Amino acid sequence: MALDQSFVGRTYPATAPYEVGREKIREFAEAIGDENPAYTDAEAAKALGHPDVIAPPTFVFAITYRAAGQVIEDPQLGLDYSRVVHGDQKFTYTRPVRAGDRLTVTSTIEAIKSMAGNDLLTIRGDVHDEHGEHVVTAHTMLVARGPEAAEDTKGGDA
Amino acid sequence: MTAKVSYDDVEVGTELPTREFPVNRATLVRYAGASGDFNPIHWNERFAKEVGLPDVIAHGMFTMAEAVRVITDWAGDPGAVAEYGVRFTKPVVVPDDDEGAVIEVSGKVAAKLDDEARTVRVDLLVRSAGQRVLGMPRAVVRLA
Repeated sequence: MALDQSFVGRTYPATAPYEVGREKIREFAEAIGDENPAYTDAEAAKALGHPDVIAPPTFVFAITYRAAGQVIEDPQLGLDYSRVVHGDQKFTYTRPVRAGDRLTVTSTIEAIKSMAGNDLLTIRGDVHDEHGEHVVTAHTMLVARGPEAAEDTKGGDA
Repeated sequence: MTAKVSYDDVEVGTELPTREFPVNRATLVRYAGASGDFNPIHWNERFAKEVGLPDVIAHGMFTMAEAVRVITDWAGDPGAVAEYGVRFTKPVVVPDDDEGAVIEVSGKVAAKLDDEARTVRVDLLVRSAGQRVLGMPRAVVRLA
């Protein structure tokens, strides 16, 4: 059954702050095999004009996706999570995430579309720091495969 | 934020150095831990096959993270990335052997967007096993 269009524009309460740890950034950089010193060496990051080590561009997804759980698990929306795959992902940055940031995420349902029996749900996650300054916005498009379409859907990533 | 590449030095068509990123089962386990995404399709072959996949697949966000390294290594400063988006079109299948899979990434400057802001659009080509695995992977980068 198609998702209710009236949910478009709905905004969920901001999450509790997530404090970005220096070692968490290092762990993520190591997991993707990226040795850029801006991720692990504060002096190297400062030489680039940053106050502290920064996180790789996609690091913030772990925080925004957790926040999107408010939408995904909203019983009123009624999304069948067992049929969900990750369709698109986009980030728009005001500045990179950095160690010591205390980040809150405000999730908004940006769009709901129905296509070939699938529901396409786009969630916008606006990320702000402890001073209320914008850091990054994540646009996450999830595809909830319809029962008939499920067999035909290749690709995508849960 | 200081990219090492000057806006004035690039032209539409400028190619970024091509890279290959290997990925095996151990890589996926490490990425699961670091990212908090423990979906079993990324580490459990039995589960992956039960849901209709040919084998364990890489996290789409892992592939997205690797692909942008072509840009961050070129620009010098990862903070130069102003915008980055992809579509997840085909999974990267990671067999349980010593080789695993390889993600091949190339990129080129597709447009010079804004002389004031010194931004360019970089389009990537991201392939594995001869197939495109990301759709329209592209970024906006602020150059020096």
